[in-house]
Amino acid sequence: MKQKVTATVRSQRMLAEGIMELVLETELAAEAHAGQFIGLYTADASRLLPRPISICAHTDRTLRLVYRIAGGGTAQFALYGPGMVMEVLGILGNGYPLAPAAGKRALLMGGGIGIPPLYQLACDLSTTAAEVTVILGYRDAQLFLAEDFRGIGGVRVEIATQDGSVGVPGTVLDAAGEEPSPDVIYACGPTPMLRAIQGWAAEREIPAWLSLEERMACGIGACLGCVCQTAEEDPHSHVRNARVCTEGPVFAASEVVL
Amino acid sequence: MSMQTTVTIAGVTLQNPVMTASGTFGSGMEYADFVDLHRLGAVVTKGVADRPWAGNPTPRIAETTAGMLNAIGLQNPGIDVFLSRDLPFLQQYADTTRIIVNVCGHSIEEYLTVVERLSDAAVDLLEINVSCPNVREGGIAFGTDAGALHEITREVKRHAKQPIIMKLSPNVTSIAEMARAAEDAGADALSLINTITGMQIDIYRRTWTLANRTGGLSGPAIKPVAVRMVYEAAHAVQIPVIGMGGIACGEDAVEFLLAGATAVAVGAAHFHEPRASLQVIEGIEQYMQDQGVTDVRTLIGAAC
Repeated sequence: MKQKVTATVRSQRMLAEGIMELVLETELAAEAHAGQFIGLYTADASRLLPRPISICAHTDRTLRLVYRIAGGGTAQFALYGPGMVMEVLGILGNGYPLAPAAGKRALLMGGGIGIPPLYQLACDLSTTAAEVTVILGYRDAQLFLAEDFRGIGGVRVEIATQDGSVGVPGTVLDAAGEEPSPDVIYACGPTPMLRAIQGWAAEREIPAWLSLEERMACGIGACLGCVCQTAEEDPHSHVRNARVCTEGPVFAASEVVL
Repeated sequence: MSMQTTVTIAGVTLQNPVMTASGTFGSGMEYADFVDLHRLGAVVTKGVADRPWAGNPTPRIAETTAGMLNAIGLQNPGIDVFLSRDLPFLQQYADTTRIIVNVCGHSIEEYLTVVERLSDAAVDLLEINVSCPNVREGGIAFGTDAGALHEITREVKRHAKQPIIMKLSPNVTSIAEMARAAEDAGADALSLINTITGMQIDIYRRTWTLANRTGGLSGPAIKPVAVRMVYEAAHAVQIPVIGMGGIACGEDAVEFLLAGATAVAVGAAHFHEPRASLQVIEGIEQYMQDQGVTDVRTLIGAAC
């Protein structure tokens, strides 16, 4: 059941320029699944809407969130320290399905602030998939979370940077071209990247799961603000639109029109 | 202290004057995790058209200071799905909570189709949306011209089995004139305000934040405008007025009642606090208790 609760900040630190890691203690964590998200509220009621933030990792009692300071609301989040409380709406969205990778070779591709939700996914798949390769795409040499991924047993990590300073120069797909073909793909990142991965996976007939981002208001499926276009009529909306907050944020690549 | 919180709109009695504003509450299902719908005066549904509408492209949402812009474009699954899925869900709460269906269309014929399909349905009131700023044909075209408003109100009234509430747009010069046009044409009640047309430009991308360029402004930012318009409308007509626009707590609701509203609706506040509607109900009761008000109806239009 979705709830709005008060969570306590356990820690917060900067991982890279403008990239923050926030650990919250909340009972919501027990229900979290890789690829799901929460709505985080500022203390300032003049900022009406919760910010959708993906879950990077969870324990039974904590949520680890890695977010980018993108505006006034997230800049406020960055001011929170241990012991302070925040209002949280969750757990939201569907998350990544783990079953398609069971016993198979999984390729995870994350770009920029799309990287965090793949961390929990990589942890979960490391024990159920035959092989897990993660390609992390960054703008430059500020490789936030890369060491965390390298610390997951049995997960191979490759880096791509836009400025060519580390790893493969270019995008995650430039790096993927050098890898053996996977059985299943999971991705999160900016829409142009997801669109490219969607085409890349379709050409190779590899099933892919994409986590989308869209501006949201309610976060729980009521306002219809955050829809994405779908290839077929959506069974809930009865049009070719699905709610990113509810039917998503993770969609089969073949289901969505990006 | 025993308190009387019921109000009556067009012969339909609500257990309390608090309803949900159309489009902010779906058809109730999504909020049932947070709110016992049995506690609400009424649920007003998302706009329903004669067939599914896909709505506008995204982005559809932009936050503003103390408010938000939306340009959903009245996406809805159509009357068939509404009758087979959403209405049966709401009927579970019908012993306490009135059901108000918001009706939208591109033309008078489309409105009438929905109204007629609802004629045998267990629905208490119809709210006719002639004020959506995000749909070009229909919608606001009927809501910003007194003659067009009169015509659609008269036609809907002629075909509707349930009493009709005309939902008015604030994007007009004289809300009193619009209110009178709807009343003259047979409206049983009015609701206002719908959102105020606005625009936001992303200065770094040098383009609009909403794909639709313009959107409807809602939230606390619009409350003083809404209170003023509710006051003017309520004093221009004899029929009841349902007030909305930026209501987030009991005090806000009381302000609308004092301005002349018989009932109120909670809208964008749901996005900040999913339990906002319950908090408004509790806040009104708290105010009544603190102020020694035994009957909520004594607050209606009591500002003097």
